[in-house]
Amino acid sequence: MSGNWRTWVVVGLGIAVASAAIYFPILRRRVKTAAKIAEPSEEQARRELTQAITQNASDPVVKVKMFWTSSEDQSALAPVTIQLALSKDAALRAKQVINTLLAGPVDSDLRTLPPDAALLAFYLLPDGTAVADFSEALATSTPSGIQSEQLAVDSIARTLEANVPPVKRLKILIHGQELDTLAGHVDLTQLFVVDTKAARQGAVSLEMPVKVAIPAGSSANVSPTLPAKR
Amino acid sequence: MRNVDRRFDILPIVRISSGRLFFRISLISSAIALLAGLPFLVSNAQSPQSAAAAQQPGAPITTPPYPTIPPPQAPRTGLNIVVLDPAHGGTDPGARGAQGIRESDLLLDLTFQVRRALEAQGFQVLQTRSGNENPSFDDRSTLANAQRGAVFVTLHISSTGLPGTVRVYTMPDAFASVATGGVIGWDHAQAPYVTLSRRFGDAVQGQLAQRFKGSPNNSQSATIRQLRTTAAPAIAVELASVSVQDRADLDRMMPGVGDAIARGLADFRPSYVLPGEAGARP
Repeated sequence: MSGNWRTWVVVGLGIAVASAAIYFPILRRRVKTAAKIAEPSEEQARRELTQAITQNASDPVVKVKMFWTSSEDQSALAPVTIQLALSKDAALRAKQVINTLLAGPVDSDLRTLPPDAALLAFYLLPDGTAVADFSEALATSTPSGIQSEQLAVDSIARTLEANVPPVKRLKILIHGQELDTLAGHVDLTQLFVVDTKAARQGAVSLEMPVKVAIPAGSSANVSPTLPAKR
Repeated sequence: MRNVDRRFDILPIVRISSGRLFFRISLISSAIALLAGLPFLVSNAQSPQSAAAAQQPGAPITTPPYPTIPPPQAPRTGLNIVVLDPAHGGTDPGARGAQGIRESDLLLDLTFQVRRALEAQGFQVLQTRSGNENPSFDDRSTLANAQRGAVFVTLHISSTGLPGTVRVYTMPDAFASVATGGVIGWDHAQAPYVTLSRRFGDAVQGQLAQRFKGSPNNSQSATIRQLRTTAAPAIAVELASVSVQDRADLDRMMPGVGDAIARGLADFRPSYVLPGEAGARP
């Protein structure tokens, strides 16, 4: 009787080990598959969608100046020269430098824009007015305060000035909308000067540009028609 | 003939006109005339300045009876009222620190300290909010724009920056270019005041730099929504920051900030002349 009992225990354990050996790899595969099909957040989806086209292998590699927070003075910006493949097209070039700015410097403490923010669209009007449309994270994740908000805007404007000369002034939208402020202080209803040299000579107006073109048959209060999204 | 001569008193005088009697009468007449006119001469011999000085304060200054060239006058300053704006409030707490510090709460204490310092300098102070309300940007500007001879100071505490420092911001010079003459729209109400605001900001920042080490010597430019619609010299003052470990660090800064703003405003006061007056700016 006792010999039979031992045999059954050994057989049972053997079956359990064999089952586990078969089941664990299947479970592992399922976990991996589940992780793969997990829905990316809306923000991640946007980032993947908008940043996929920014780098082109045929673009020449050039030196660009990025403006991040100075390591010596946290209240000021400092230029950092890096090498980047940049398009010759001004609008594409602007997208590339802004995306690099969003990616941040090596030292993440010196970044000026929140890491979860994304550039959704960028337009360049014939008069040199750039329209940059960012995700909501730019408004919700930028630290509230005049200094931090102004540094964020200045880092975009100074980086565009240094690397995309056709841009004269900048309009910032958040998810396609004009907000009153970035995070409670800095005014987003106005244009920001990008070409500071021309502004000093009085050649850059901060007035909104006149309507570029109004589609036939549309009412007079249609917003300015923007060039095709690049 | 002799009798006829005696009937007319004047004749003997005429007859002795070259004599002593005529000389005596002339001398006495001159002396009487001089004595009678002496008080009048003395009262008019005073200079216009001494006459004005003799007036009681507030009494009208009498015009001298002879034409005078008015002395050069110092420009009349129109600055009487300070509108203090504790930013945020209500559902908008502003910056929040890790220790639970809320910008909107601290700003009421800061405003109290600034108000006390300004009133000690003789300024009349108005506040855009006194409790936990959140007036709109335009409502806050309206309070300043409705005053004649006001300046506007919006108070903030940042969420970043070197703790213990204070910065003053004004609208950028480029914003003045939107005012090209004619009627200035509400959205660009600050445009004609950009230069004055910068001067006001520099005066206050200079005082702050003396008290708070690490603060800049001059005011900075920033496109601040609240300042844009304010038709008066307007500055934003921002303390750093709500990230301090202890709220008492910020509380200790407040009297110094109030004193610096009051002294900076006193320095700025002579250069603020109301529009429409001689030497008016802008």
